[in-house]
Amino acid sequence: MAGLRLDGLRKSFGSTEILKGVDLALADGEMLVIVGASGCGKSTLLRIVAGLETPTSGRVLIDGRDVTDLDPSARDVAMVFQNYALYPHMSVFENMAYGLKIRGLPRSEIRAKVDAASALLGLEALLERKPRQLSGGQRQRVAMGRAIVRDPKLFLFDEPLSNLDAKLRVQMRGEIRRLQRRLKVTSLYVTHDQVEAMTLGDRLLVMHQGVPVQLATPTEVFERPADTYVAGFIGSPAMNLLPGILGRNGTMVRVADTDIDLGLRRFDRPDGHPVILGIRPEHVRPDASGMTWPVEVVEHLGSEMLVHAGRPGDASLTLKTANGAAVSDTIQVAFPAAHLHIFDQATGLRIKA
Amino acid sequence: MERRTLFPGRLLPALLIMPQLVLTVVFFLWPAIQAIKSSLEREDAFGTSTEFVGLDNFADLFADPLYLAAIGRTAVFCACVTAASMGVALVLAVLADTEIRGRAFYRTMLIWPYAVAPAMAAVLWVLMFHPQIGLVGAWLNRIGIAWDYKLDGTQAMALVILAAAWKQISYNFIFFLAGLQAIPKTIIEAARIDGARGFRRFRTILLPLLMPTVYFLLVVDLVYAAFDTFATVYAVNGGGPGQSTQTLVLKVYLDGVVNANVGSSSAQSVVLMAGVIVLCALQFRFLGRKAAT
Ligand SMILES: Nc1ncnc2c1ncn2[C@@H]1O[C@H](COP(=O)(O)OP(=O)(O)O)[C@@H](O)[C@H]1O
Ligand SMILES: [Mg+2]
Repeated sequence: MAGLRLDGLRKSFGSTEILKGVDLALADGEMLVIVGASGCGKSTLLRIVAGLETPTSGRVLIDGRDVTDLDPSARDVAMVFQNYALYPHMSVFENMAYGLKIRGLPRSEIRAKVDAASALLGLEALLERKPRQLSGGQRQRVAMGRAIVRDPKLFLFDEPLSNLDAKLRVQMRGEIRRLQRRLKVTSLYVTHDQVEAMTLGDRLLVMHQGVPVQLATPTEVFERPADTYVAGFIGSPAMNLLPGILGRNGTMVRVADTDIDLGLRRFDRPDGHPVILGIRPEHVRPDASGMTWPVEVVEHLGSEMLVHAGRPGDASLTLKTANGAAVSDTIQVAFPAAHLHIFDQATGLRIKA
Repeated sequence: MERRTLFPGRLLPALLIMPQLVLTVVFFLWPAIQAIKSSLEREDAFGTSTEFVGLDNFADLFADPLYLAAIGRTAVFCACVTAASMGVALVLAVLADTEIRGRAFYRTMLIWPYAVAPAMAAVLWVLMFHPQIGLVGAWLNRIGIAWDYKLDGTQAMALVILAAAWKQISYNFIFFLAGLQAIPKTIIEAARIDGARGFRRFRTILLPLLMPTVYFLLVVDLVYAAFDTFATVYAVNGGGPGQSTQTLVLKVYLDGVVNANVGSSSAQSVVLMAGVIVLCALQFRFLGRKAAT
């Protein structure tokens, strides 16, 4: 096992810059999830690490060794593709054995490794089947098996679960996590699904248009998003972002005509500084003495309801509540100070208290 | 979803297929029936009378050492043309499939020979390999190789194989290239990550996935070499020197039209027809199987 380091990775296709400088260090055995919207450059980053693309500039170091110019075959990494990319003309056994055969391992050793991996993944009964005779979940397992038998320095996952149905996805997610913990292989996992990202990663890297915007633990990313993009991207339903003006020595934000108290925290910006106030829907509290919002749509989620409220003008507010009585044509809400996030309106960056 | 156009009544559909039917009857069915009829008859030397002789023409044919030699020669010719054109086409397709600058240009150039008329292709090769005025032919003689395809049967055979194979390379190339491009890129990338490189990757991943194309082209090329190379071979050296480049299709023509032995020539046509039918049946079976999976 080994660590991974990326130094100032940039990649352009023609004149469009897809990756705009990615620095990253993974500890030995760590699972890092890269999450970002479709098209933000996640696959490109992963393919550069695998050696399938060459970066325009920057370096890739695996286990301290610079592999930037090495062929994929010389990097000792394994990759699980979104469409599995199994060899259609080979049986499950042959699919898993292929990489070992290329490396010239003795037959008995190959057999032993494939048997061990297929036992781990519950594939023993399917070894003679061809990929087309397998279900989606089984193919996914074979793709995992093919990566595991190689015992590589690094696992790369490119949205491996997005072709599965929702139920299977949850199940495989758990399995991948268990396997990774057990095998302790350094892993880079790419997804656009924030739930997958939150549940799988030791740490998350949130990417936005080729720029890494936050690298932190899932809890940290959720509780202290680095900017308005992360705030809106992580968490479902998304965090409310309301434009306002800082006041009272950085202890209050004025949203529309209401002063919202920031509690004991003091934000280090001059009064009158334009900011964005962030609060998650589950933290907005109905409060008869609070700010009044006109209700637009109510979605019933069983025990709770999701209320979409709108201010005439631009701002809109979503809140989650179990208190049906508070909802009519309008709703009065309070914003508890402990759950408020403050961002700079101009840069979108989080303002620390 | 299947798309169908329904024509009302019977007259219009009948009219629409009429041109095809007429062509098939006039240029295929009618001559075929004539050939079968003639193959069972024998004309006297002056062509004044014919008599029914049953399968005598066929019996004579397969007892004729010249005919058996022609079968052998045709087999060699077909095998060489098919192997050469498929081999070269496959190499070119693999090269053209890689990311190179100006590959659209190469691809277009590689497809051109297909549009060259067979006789023109032959003339082109003759001009190159003519012992006196040909660029390659004269050069061979200059460096001390006695090259004259008009005297040496083996050299003549090599030249007709070259000319016939060259014409078929484009066709094979197009299919091989399409076949290669139909292989999902991620499968090749998975193989790269698994450590497979170069020829090993080609042999264990690309070639197996290309096998359906290989089978298809094998049949098409055999049919081409056996039945569709008359113009090329005839234009190079008219089947000569001697009979050294007389393949079965040339022999049908030379025996029937030039030597006016209609009975034997017709029997040969019927044998060829049977050959085409067998090969086509093979091809249909193969294509049918492919469609079913
Ligand atoms: N080979 C390529 N040539 C040109 N553009 C590419 C290539 N590969 C990816 N791109 C572009 O780079 C951007 C990022 O792609 P990708 O890394 O696949 O995003 P993601 O995996 O995050 O959805 C996309 O806009 C895509 O169109
Ligand atoms: Mg992607």
